[in-house]
Amino acid sequence: MAKKIKLSELGSLFNDMDVESLEGVTIEGDIELEMDASGGLDPQMAYMLGHETAQIARHLINISRLLGYPVDQLFGSMAQGEVPGVTRPRQLLPSKFEVGRIEEWKNPIQEVTLGATSSDGGTRKNTITLGGENALPYYFDSPMPHRNHITMDVFDMPIGMAKAVKLNYEDVLESPAEWAKKVVNDFGADMVTIHLISTDPGIKDTSPREAAETVADVLQAVDVPIVIGGSGNPEKDPEVLEKAAEVAEGERVLLASASLNLDYERIAKAATDYGHVVLSWTQLEINAQKELNRKLMKQCGVKREDIIMDPTTAALGYGLDYAYTNMERIRMAGLMGDEELSFPMSSGTTNAWGAREAWMVGSPLKEDSDWGPREYRGPIWEIVTGLTLSLAGNDLFMMMHPGSVAVLKEITQSLHGSLERDAVDISNWVTAEV
Amino acid sequence: MKVNSPLEVYKFLPQTNCGDCGEPTCMAFASHMIDRSLKLEDCPPLLEDKFRKKYLKLAELLAPEIREVMIGTGEHAVSVGGDDILYRHQLTFFNQPALAVDVWDTMSEDELTERIKFINEYKKFYVGRFLRLDMVAIRCTSGDPDKFKQAVTIAAGNTELPLILCSLDPKVLKAGLEVVADRKPLLYAATKDNWQEVADLVAEYDVPLVLFSPDDLDTLKSLAATFLEMGRDDLVLDPGTNPQGKSLRGSFENFLMIRRAGIKEGQRDIAFPLLAVPMTAYLANDDPVSASYWETVLASVFSVRYGDIMIVHSIEPYALLPELHIRDTIYTDPRTPVKVDPKVYEVGSPDKDSPVFVTTNFALTYYTVESDLASNGIDCYLLATDTDGLGVEAAVAGGQMTGQKVSDEFKRAGFDFSEMTGHNTVILPGLAARLQGDMEDASGLKVKIGPPDSGRIPGWIEKNWPPE
Repeated sequence: MAKKIKLSELGSLFNDMDVESLEGVTIEGDIELEMDASGGLDPQMAYMLGHETAQIARHLINISRLLGYPVDQLFGSMAQGEVPGVTRPRQLLPSKFEVGRIEEWKNPIQEVTLGATSSDGGTRKNTITLGGENALPYYFDSPMPHRNHITMDVFDMPIGMAKAVKLNYEDVLESPAEWAKKVVNDFGADMVTIHLISTDPGIKDTSPREAAETVADVLQAVDVPIVIGGSGNPEKDPEVLEKAAEVAEGERVLLASASLNLDYERIAKAATDYGHVVLSWTQLEINAQKELNRKLMKQCGVKREDIIMDPTTAALGYGLDYAYTNMERIRMAGLMGDEELSFPMSSGTTNAWGAREAWMVGSPLKEDSDWGPREYRGPIWEIVTGLTLSLAGNDLFMMMHPGSVAVLKEITQSLHGSLERDAVDISNWVTAEV
Repeated sequence: MKVNSPLEVYKFLPQTNCGDCGEPTCMAFASHMIDRSLKLEDCPPLLEDKFRKKYLKLAELLAPEIREVMIGTGEHAVSVGGDDILYRHQLTFFNQPALAVDVWDTMSEDELTERIKFINEYKKFYVGRFLRLDMVAIRCTSGDPDKFKQAVTIAAGNTELPLILCSLDPKVLKAGLEVVADRKPLLYAATKDNWQEVADLVAEYDVPLVLFSPDDLDTLKSLAATFLEMGRDDLVLDPGTNPQGKSLRGSFENFLMIRRAGIKEGQRDIAFPLLAVPMTAYLANDDPVSASYWETVLASVFSVRYGDIMIVHSIEPYALLPELHIRDTIYTDPRTPVKVDPKVYEVGSPDKDSPVFVTTNFALTYYTVESDLASNGIDCYLLATDTDGLGVEAAVAGGQMTGQKVSDEFKRAGFDFSEMTGHNTVILPGLAARLQGDMEDASGLKVKIGPPDSGRIPGWIEKNWPPE
């Protein structure tokens, strides 16, 4: 053993081990424990002394072990753990809790602003900034500069929806403009997403020009920043989004989306030509996300402040584990310096409604316990899906149900630290009458 | 754990490559120690006396950073804690957070037994198994040790699940322990005010213990250090679960800080499982649906970030289902394959008149479809198309599932429709409807389109099978 120690150092060793002063006890050169018992030992004093000598024995054993002496063999099981007869201390051992910050998170996430006001050549009443984080969401290492935001879905034609969702939109299904007003004015949406699904050749094959008119109507109807989504048809989307980008020139919309399985260069060009932001969408694959972001920047010349990522959202019970871990890995890679992944993220949280638990009347499996009423199951499925991804680093949520939106706002803003609510005394939760 | 390479483990193994563990070499076994996919006890020679020192040393080196605490006895015992990482992609989290549903001692006997029966029996099928509730938390709301004792007696008589005895009054806790100490219940809780009496209880009855110090981590750490000093290391920490506003953020931060201190900084005297109490949502919400929703939200937050036990109140299915799923989501081992073998599976005992369904080899998709078919007693063939682990919708959109591909997969599997069926018909998933023409051309089969969700196959079969 290279480690040497002098007996005179024992005292400081004790200090290192948090041993309080040993009153009435001194340690002499050849390790004799001298106890000053001249004042007579009352039982309480004897108990205290017993306790303290046991502590000393314990620490001496530790020291012997440190010195390389095989105490474990000497004492057998006794030296393994506690010295027998350790009784309870008379007071709580003093202790201070401290923990460090994460030093590896050195690289901030890119800030991206959506929407443009009149001073920037747009007509939005406000803008929304995402990103800028220096830590995982809601962590104490560094304050999160911008809260999460929610954009609510509007479709350019009536579509099939879960009953619990549809109930809220029956009066506006035929009018995207009215639909947009409703989500902003009644449901507190921060933004609106207009999905141009009718442009799909397999659905209505609406022309890009007509679709662009719908976009213009929505921009007219509401003054929040907007997202423009295509139909998901890789052949048709580029021309639809080009026209839509043109009609929304200067509004700094989010164009959804560029992906590896369509002509992303055209989407990127539409965004840069007309001053918009690109949504870079990949399917649950961190390397594909890096590749697409790289191509958008290097090959298409999209600026860093014009990129948001959608790494794909899978519903609770249907792959949320992959979506969650994919997002958490992406965010951590960004924070640790991967410039190809340090962008704000967006989630198609509406996908939660694809889970059968969200919309089915009851379980198709006879063995399952009762699933209860679906009108309560659906919204909570959307909430938990979104909430989980918010913890992984997602910034923007695309959602459908007004109840889900309200609760997701409440929890994300609570964790963000921006909500004042009455403090509740939890010290006696055990006896609560509920 | 204190080691991170198989070599460091190998040093302490018998190095005989005997193969008794099922691995070809000791080095292979060592790598299973590092990824925690096998246990030390899986090496029979290591358990022999002559290797005892090495075994003990390895056990110490391999012990997880967060202590593992066992609650209850027998087959329903629950282990909590035992984690080595902060983010699931780094390895996997171990021991799903235990969901404990509360009962209280001012319930009537009938109410109590009925609620416990519900807790015992609640189940949800998922990917080949049932998700279930784990524990019963008995709260003393009467303040009366006798009443508590009575409730504990009734509860213990009606469930084999582990129990949590909840009261801050040591007399009440003692009354409960007198009945069920041999079932190793979790004692809730020692605080800065009652810790001495509670210390006597755990010493006498030898049960695991929760330390409760709301919003005060210095005191929590003091409590932990003090109980450790007394030789107790089966501890669980409750730093308080504030239900709303900035104090909720404070609770969230406390969970993060404690776990980081334990795992990243190796602070042993705070490296214990954590207990969250989502039911504090009921202290902040009067409306039962809002309270239940908010409780689910809190349970989800603390399932993701480091809660190891949750005490919840709502037994509404809309609260329990997401709670059961979110903890499963976070604690699913990310290293297990996401795909099943691409081939034609038999469900039940299919014959020539049975339908032939198609799905993908994404494990979640496959197991969902398979269980829907099996649970409803539908005998059939089911092709798991190799889509590289994508679901139907994504595979159709991304071109991993095409008519040609599905047709080829049947051929590759040696499944000849003219031989195996009398109907020459294949059923594509509703989400792959657009492949119908393509599939007919590629295979020459009759192609029918099933429902978009396999849960609706039974109804679909009634209307569409056998084909005309």
